[in-house]
Amino acid sequence: MTRSGAGSLSLRALFAVLCTAGSLAALSPARGSDVAPLEVTESAAGVFVHAGVHEETTSDNLGDIANIGFIVGEKCVAVIDSGGSPAVGRALAAAVRSRTSLPVCYVINTHMHPDHVFGNAAFLDAAPRPRFVGSVQLPQALAARDEHYRAALAAALGTSSDSLRLVPPDLLVDAPLRLDLGGRVLSLQRWPTAHTDNDLTVFDETTGTLWLGDLLFDQRIPSIDGSIKGWLEVSARLRELPARQVIPGHGRIAPPWPATLDTQTRYLEQVVARVRDALARGLTLQQTVEASDAADASAWRLAEGYHRRNLTAAYAELEWE
Amino acid sequence: MARQLVLIALGVFLACRAGSAPGADPADDPDASPQWQQVRAALFGSRPIAVATPDVLTLEAPYRAEDAAIVPIALRSRIEQSQARYVRTAWLVIDGNPSPLAGTFHFTPESGRADLETRVRVEQYTFMRAIAELDDGSLHMATRFVKASGGCSAPAAKDPAAAAANLGRMKLKVDDTGEPRRAQLMVSHPNTSGLAMDQITRLYPTARFVRQVTVRYRDKPVLIADVDFSISENPSFRFLFRSDDGGDLAAEVVDTDGRTFESRIPVGSTGEGA
Repeated sequence: MTRSGAGSLSLRALFAVLCTAGSLAALSPARGSDVAPLEVTESAAGVFVHAGVHEETTSDNLGDIANIGFIVGEKCVAVIDSGGSPAVGRALAAAVRSRTSLPVCYVINTHMHPDHVFGNAAFLDAAPRPRFVGSVQLPQALAARDEHYRAALAAALGTSSDSLRLVPPDLLVDAPLRLDLGGRVLSLQRWPTAHTDNDLTVFDETTGTLWLGDLLFDQRIPSIDGSIKGWLEVSARLRELPARQVIPGHGRIAPPWPATLDTQTRYLEQVVARVRDALARGLTLQQTVEASDAADASAWRLAEGYHRRNLTAAYAELEWE
Repeated sequence: MARQLVLIALGVFLACRAGSAPGADPADDPDASPQWQQVRAALFGSRPIAVATPDVLTLEAPYRAEDAAIVPIALRSRIEQSQARYVRTAWLVIDGNPSPLAGTFHFTPESGRADLETRVRVEQYTFMRAIAELDDGSLHMATRFVKASGGCSAPAAKDPAAAAANLGRMKLKVDDTGEPRRAQLMVSHPNTSGLAMDQITRLYPTARFVRQVTVRYRDKPVLIADVDFSISENPSFRFLFRSDDGGDLAAEVVDTDGRTFESRIPVGSTGEGA
C-alpha cells in the first residue's frame, strides 16, 4: 500500500535549485514528476505529516509554514490542509505519490487561513478529481477574503495575484460527516466560532489521531481570528475527545496531549484576564495595547507579530460583555 | 514601478503583514497623494488649508496597526469650545481606502472640546488626515502615515453570523469624572462595505453600514457624525460633551437600510444605556 519516499528534498532546497536555474518555475504549473516531495513523518500507521516552519510566508519558504499532510486508506487518500501556496501543494501531492499509488479522493481544509488552503489548486487537475471538503462556513469566509488573501500572498511571493486561486470546498460539513477511505473512516466535525468561524477537526478512527488544525497551536503563538471566548469553550470540549495523538496546525507533530492544549489555554485565559482588567479600569483599546506586557507572550514564537493583535481582537470582543 | 518593486521586496520580510495592493510610502509627499487631491477638490475647492498646530488639531493613529480591521484613531482639539471660537466640523480622510472620506464630524459649543476616538478599517499603507474647520471658516489639517493593510487581517467580520444576530445592540456610557464629560457610544453593526465580491454568487453584496450618528445632551446636539464603512465593524465613538449635571444624553443611529437605533442615559450616574 505504501512505500517509502526516495530522497525527499526540503522545499527550501527545491527553491534554491529552481532559483539557480534562473527560473520562477516553482510558481508556474509543473509536471507532477518534476516536483520534489515534501518531507513527511509517519506519525501513526498511514498518517503522514509535514511540519511547517515558524515564519511568516516569504518567497523563500513559499508559505510552507503550517502542518499539513495526508491519511492513506485502502481505496484512496485524504489530504488534510494543502499548504500556503500552489508550490507547497504540488510538493505535498508529490509526497503522496512517493508513499502510495492510490488517488487523492478528498482535500480537507481545517479552516480558511492562507497557509492551509492555497495548496488546494495543486489538486484541481488530479484525475479523478478529489472532493474539496470544509466547514459549511468556509465558502463564505474564503469569498469575503479572496482578494486580500491573493494580494497578500502575491506580495509575499513576488508574483501576480492573478496566478493564485483559492479553491473553495464542494463538500460541506455541517453535521458531523464520516468519510470512508476504504477500511478506514475519518470523522469530520465543525465547531462553533473559535480560532475562526470555520474550524474543522478530522478524527482518524483507526489510529485515534485527532487532526486539530489551528484549534491547537504549539510553539507558534496562537492568533485569534474568531472568538477568544468561543475558543476557550471549544478547547474544553476538545480536551474530552478520545485522542491517542493530536496534530496541531503549527508546532510539533503529536505533541504531549492534553498538556499542549493546556499551555494554549493558559495563554488565551491570560489575554482574557488582561483585557477584562483593562476594561474594568476604563482603558481604551489603544491604551490597552500599549500597556501590554511582552512577557505574557515571550514563550511563543512570533509573539511580536501577534500578541498585540490578539489583545486588539480580544478587546473588541470582550468590551461587549 | 520602482516603488512597487521595493514593496514586493519588503513583502518578502513582512509577508502576510505586508498585505494587499502596494499602497503609499511614508516618504511620499502627502500633499501629492492623488486620492487626497480629489477629496480636497471635492470638499474644499481652492480654500487654503493650514498645517494644524497641536492646539487646533492633532490626529492620533498607530504608525503600524495591529489589526487592519480595527485601527484605533483619535482626533483632538485643545480649543475650549465657545460661541466665540470653536471647531465646527472635522473630516477624517483615509487616502488609500476605497471610500477615502471615512467620516464628517460636526461639533457645537456644547461639545466642550472637539475630541473624538473611533476605529477604522485601513485597506493599505496610507496617509490619514483630519481637517478641522473653525467657526471663522479657517481650515487646519493634521496628517499621519499608517502602515496597515488587508492581507492576513482582511477587513472582514470575524463572525458574520454573530454580527447579524446582535445587530442594533447599543452601549452608551458616560464617565462621571471631570468636565467636559467623556462618553462612549458603541453600536453592534457589521458595517459591511459591500466591496468584496461573493466568489460563489459572483455578486457584490449590498453595503450595509451606519451612516449617521447624532448625540444630544438635553436635546441639544453635541456630536453629529456622517460616517461610512471605513468605520470598523461594531462602530465605537468616544467623545466629549459639556454637562451641568442631570439631564439625559441620547444617541440616535441610522444605517443605510434606514433602520434607527436609539439609546438614552441619564447624566450624573454611570452605567449603560438601554
